[in-house]
Amino acid sequence: MPEPLVKVRDLKMHFPIHAGILRRKVGAVKAVDGVSFDIFEGETLGLVGESGCGKSTVGRALLRLYEPTSGSVVIGGEDIATLAPDALRKKRPTMQMVFQDPQASLNPRMTVAAIIGEPLDEHTDWDEAKKTERVYELMDQVGLNRRFANRYPHEFSGGQRQRIGIARALALNPRFIVCDEPIAALDVSIQAQVVNLLEDLQDRLGLTYLFISHDLSMVRHIADRVAVMYLGQIAELSPRDALYAAPLHPYAQALLSAVPEADPAVEATRQRIILKGDVPSPANPPKGCNFCTRCPKVIPLCREEKPRLSEVQPGRFVACHLVAANQDTAGGHASPGPEVREHNQQGELS
Amino acid sequence: MPDGASPVLDVRGLKTVFKTRGGEIHAVNSVSFHLRPGELLGVVGESGSGKSVTMMSLIGLLPSPPAEVRGGEVLLGGRDLLKLAPRDLQAVRGAKVGFVFQDPMTSLNPVFTVGNQIMEPLMKHMGMTKAQATNRAAELLDLVGIPDARKRLKSYPHQFSGGMRQRVMIAIALACDPDVLIADEPTTALDVTIQAQIIELVKDLRQKLGMAIVWITHDLGVIAGIADRVMVMYGGQVVEQAPVKELFANPRHPYTRALLKTVPALTGARAARLEVIQGQPPILQGEPVACPFRARCAHALPRCEAENPARRAIDGLPVGHGHDVACHWSPEAAHA
Repeated sequence: MPEPLVKVRDLKMHFPIHAGILRRKVGAVKAVDGVSFDIFEGETLGLVGESGCGKSTVGRALLRLYEPTSGSVVIGGEDIATLAPDALRKKRPTMQMVFQDPQASLNPRMTVAAIIGEPLDEHTDWDEAKKTERVYELMDQVGLNRRFANRYPHEFSGGQRQRIGIARALALNPRFIVCDEPIAALDVSIQAQVVNLLEDLQDRLGLTYLFISHDLSMVRHIADRVAVMYLGQIAELSPRDALYAAPLHPYAQALLSAVPEADPAVEATRQRIILKGDVPSPANPPKGCNFCTRCPKVIPLCREEKPRLSEVQPGRFVACHLVAANQDTAGGHASPGPEVREHNQQGELS
Repeated sequence: MPDGASPVLDVRGLKTVFKTRGGEIHAVNSVSFHLRPGELLGVVGESGSGKSVTMMSLIGLLPSPPAEVRGGEVLLGGRDLLKLAPRDLQAVRGAKVGFVFQDPMTSLNPVFTVGNQIMEPLMKHMGMTKAQATNRAAELLDLVGIPDARKRLKSYPHQFSGGMRQRVMIAIALACDPDVLIADEPTTALDVTIQAQIIELVKDLRQKLGMAIVWITHDLGVIAGIADRVMVMYGGQVVEQAPVKELFANPRHPYTRALLKTVPALTGARAARLEVIQGQPPILQGEPVACPFRARCAHALPRCEAENPARRAIDGLPVGHGHDVACHWSPEAAHA
């Protein structure tokens, strides 16, 4: 099995809570609490979950936009989480991010050319002509008209703005891109345009994506493997088809059953698992399994002991006592890698 | 849904224009629809399609200027709401028509308790005393599934989660037992598992209370599961209207057809590539003289440029009662 491009081990991101006159630390929001996964070269890992589950925090901590509390993030052989500032800066061109809100992530006072060219200013010593040439090339790649290079972000529609954000992320030829809800702010008819663009770019440039989204249908379309997060932890990490055909973790089951399908005949007969109540606060997660307060299948053990994420079927990782109970998990912690490496998106796109 | 029953709400030829420095924006163009008792009408469209502006025009919620309702009739219980004096209209809002907005945080007042906000319409429109209103408010919170209702009346909106806040909004909208409930993207700001809870609640409330509902959304999945009839809007116009099963089984308008294909499925075969609707939604400047979808349409004809298509029935029933579409193209002609 090849070495993964991105290797995350026991990543924790705790945000301190300060209170009182002295702003003493009184606790921590455990936004990400012990997350491990691998992403292989050229694959798309979907990261899904509801708001507040920590999926965006994982994305940001991976690129060290936050300083992780603990754990390691090895990208291309180097541990990003502990890299010295100079070395980190040199590493930045290989890992980029596309943000959710293209309105907020583009500087309204900069032209499109300046926005897309900024990474080049920072990381290359190219002359103006070469940079301009590269900016044009990037605009072509993402389907933006070169004539608009000197316009400002507000003159573009939401979908076009997201293309600007993608062009900027591509400027330095990254290997790995974190897409943080890149289509959530776009209209349905525009979402498909952006997703197709991301897929084309992946094919052409051999990119590796972490695709963070709450849209389970879109993740089914774009991802090769999917990690389902709940309250700062991964509940299940499975190959896409296996997960959507038969989710193993009770939360993954409930989440998938809650997604409405655009087919009245299916909807009329569908059995929904309606979860009771709301997600607990990540500042005060429940003892034991973090899903035990809402789980329809909860057993006493769940309230006592935290289940480990373990490989219950080849390539399928689940953190649940009920699923693990039938399995021999004596093998220790296998790496959460893909089940069959050949089973990858390149073949399926054609 | 009895087909012959007279509608509770009947909207005819509604036109709303926004006056801006750059000219007039025709946000709603001759929109007509009706709502039968107990029916749930789904309104689908993307941002800028005019779905929210239509509903806000009905009950005078748009600030004027810049908005101007330029024509049409909105008949509710035999009265034309567009002709009512502001005072009378205020009596209709809240009492006869309940409104649930997308974002429950911004539509609740953060400085008043939830109880206070549910009791306000009860005392104002129903003439209840404070004690009566308190009892009714507790009943309402209980009805929308908030545990410990009487205690929670004293809580402030920030003490509720998003899903609970939306339940409170529904309780307020239902307070005066309205004939019509207009829900504008009520679950869009919520997570899927919470959305499923709210949809279950609305289904349950429909059975208990039987009011007619207009449910605005861009999510075809939500519509498929909850609506009786669907109206698809694009560029400020109704482009297609049909009973829900008919619309999904036999979509006629190129926009509806494309929209259904552009959303990836959760089950079944996985498309290698998503279908795309090229281009951008139109900017609705000036009086519409052509089909608003023509620039993005895969089947555009020369006629689409010259003439804005009127809604025509395709099943012999009067427009608005069966399946109708506003399009010059027809799938049969294409195959002939």
